[in-house]
Amino acid sequence: MLRTFRIGGIHPPESKLSAGKKINRADIPKQVIIPLAQHIGAPAQAVVKKGDAVKTGTLIGKAAGFVSANIHSSVSGKVTKIDQALDASGYKHPAVFIDVEGDEWEESIDRNGNLIKECLLPPKEIINKITEAGIVGMGGATFPTQVKLTPPPGNNKAELLIINAAECEPYLTSDHSLMMEKGEEITAGISILMKAVDVTRAVIGIENNKPDAIARFNSLVKGYAGIEVMPLKSRYPQGGEKQLIDAVVRRQVKSGSLPVSVGAVVQNTGTAFAVYEAVQKNKPLIERVVTVTGKNMSNPSNLLVRIGTPIRNLIDAAGGLPENTGKIIGGGPMMGKALISPDIPVAKGSSGILILSCEEAIHKPMYDCIRCAKCVNVCPMGLNPTLLMSATDFQDWELAEKNHIVDCIECGSCSYTCPANRVLLDYIRLGKGKVMGMIRARKS
Amino acid sequence: MENKLVISPSPHIHGGDSIQKNMYSVLIALLPTSLISLYYFGLGALIVTVVSITSCVTVEYLIQKFLMKKEPTIRDGSAILTGVLLAFNLPSNLPVWIIIIGALAAIGIGKMSFGGLGKNIFNPALAGRVFLLISFPAQMTTWPVPEPASMHYTDGQTGATVLSLINEGVHDLPSYTDMLTGNMGGSLGEASAIALLLGFVYLLVRKTITWHIPVAVIGAVALFTGIMHGIDPYSYVNPFIHLLSGGLLLGAIFMATDYTTSPMSKTGMLVYGAGIGILTTIIRLFGSYPEGVSFAILIMNAFTPLINNYIKPKHFGGK
Repeated sequence: MLRTFRIGGIHPPESKLSAGKKINRADIPKQVIIPLAQHIGAPAQAVVKKGDAVKTGTLIGKAAGFVSANIHSSVSGKVTKIDQALDASGYKHPAVFIDVEGDEWEESIDRNGNLIKECLLPPKEIINKITEAGIVGMGGATFPTQVKLTPPPGNNKAELLIINAAECEPYLTSDHSLMMEKGEEITAGISILMKAVDVTRAVIGIENNKPDAIARFNSLVKGYAGIEVMPLKSRYPQGGEKQLIDAVVRRQVKSGSLPVSVGAVVQNTGTAFAVYEAVQKNKPLIERVVTVTGKNMSNPSNLLVRIGTPIRNLIDAAGGLPENTGKIIGGGPMMGKALISPDIPVAKGSSGILILSCEEAIHKPMYDCIRCAKCVNVCPMGLNPTLLMSATDFQDWELAEKNHIVDCIECGSCSYTCPANRVLLDYIRLGKGKVMGMIRARKS
Repeated sequence: MENKLVISPSPHIHGGDSIQKNMYSVLIALLPTSLISLYYFGLGALIVTVVSITSCVTVEYLIQKFLMKKEPTIRDGSAILTGVLLAFNLPSNLPVWIIIIGALAAIGIGKMSFGGLGKNIFNPALAGRVFLLISFPAQMTTWPVPEPASMHYTDGQTGATVLSLINEGVHDLPSYTDMLTGNMGGSLGEASAIALLLGFVYLLVRKTITWHIPVAVIGAVALFTGIMHGIDPYSYVNPFIHLLSGGLLLGAIFMATDYTTSPMSKTGMLVYGAGIGILTTIIRLFGSYPEGVSFAILIMNAFTPLINNYIKPKHFGGK
């Protein structure tokens, strides 16, 4: 029996249209828009000004605080302005606009493709390099990686590194394609991460809908001590941090606790690759693999894209925007964000661009709750979504808090399942924000 | 075209489940039982079923259209389902006008007066059935004798049910084969255990319901009547007769599992199911009514909000 997480979950149609496709390098655009807030935490401070010449890999934004990340230029050229720009949130935030001239890289970056397996740096140096390179969680959460690697105060000690290769979101194949093409680099990156958090064991959790990746990594990890592959039963949201830990080590992280409280540190496969490039090649996080997909796209693709490229360019590279496009989603269909324009730039957390047709974008009419409890059965956090929706509707924040609304991971399984088409997560998200604000206010 | 993009929060896809699909899946699960009832009770079964469905749907339509003044939702299939379940709880010789009163009580009082589907506290079909049982005790307890392809309606020969025989202390009961296949007196849906279990399997496969409630009800009845039979085998019949007779399987599989009136957490479902099983047994063994499934379910329906309040789903990372 393959393992999976033990509470709730769903299995939506996988729709991995771009599975098995080679990663293509997307053309460098004429202009990039690089947001200064691409991560959770404080936005980076711009360290360039209008008219400055930058190279590919030049630092343009410095991390502002502990939970923040450096931002680098993904192209060479001239800074035209630092201005507000639309991002995936739908709001305008500060960004650096750069007009592209050629593609001249910083000399410190090793652009040679040789695999370097050995890493002799001490943990502190590794974490410094990761901080310098501006690496964030590449699965979409975009939490600054160095923060996750720095041991928190207290007695908890990491015993195990878990590599999140579940890619449980339908449609997305960016991690999968990276695993097939950059497996050696990812494995080397994993061994670097193990050193950084001082553990002797790492488990790569891969869903069994990717048998080729499981086979590939089973042979790759033979060259490393302590790294193993664990095939997991495909189930959404397996890539949720708490769910993945539960699936792999059968331990449940308590509400409000960090994964390290059960001895685990979780990193994404894309992050492991970025760590390899940062530590062994001095390469900052300036490009990533993005899946561009949709049932009406003529050529669903996996593209290696410079950060800051407008997603319109990627859609064109995958066959152009179809006539009856109803929705453009940044990310997957379960947790991605509907974008308000195709001119929004690719950021560090952009794992995919999904195009839905007008028909697919329609939300069917909502009916009264029939109390079928299907949302309760699928909730991976063991919550009662319909109760939390009513609590939010009636603004009964005490009831919402008592029923653990803040533990919602916003996976959307409840709304996906509801036979009455109720927008459960919309309400719960609202109530969760409200209750978290109240808890913060109470603490201060 | 760019300004026509839909912006809405995630998730952006839906599993395609609907209220209609669930209701029709229960109706399909009831089909084998319906066929058995048509076989043994013939014309009477047909008339009772058709009248019950038609009047339930009509009552719901009229109330929604003219009293609540909103778009009728009869197409969701829930009124049809209430109609079938009400019919399954009636004897096949019940006059048309009594069935119509039953439909009024079931849909009008049991369902719409609370606000309609999803808001009612009690199972509507059972509310209708109990209303009739109290109002028309004689007509509601005269059971036609099963007769293949019968063309009788109110003029057929009548007899006793297994449970009323037991209640009167009679020991000469129908054979297990007759009970399994439905060759015994009773309401339409109290017929064949095999047909009902077939429906149960279908509902489980379609994931319309989970096993918890039916298994808890059946388990509790089997355990309780088993203990009583063990103590005094002469006064108390063996548990198999209890499981196969009366409305136990119909109630456990199709009535107790009604979404709206049953608890939401797995543990809550087990408690609720066990409660129904225990109450049913108490009424059957010690009460003056021979059958107690309807009352037991209605009583536990009333406890459902309380169960939901105290028994929560298992919380991730919780104790």
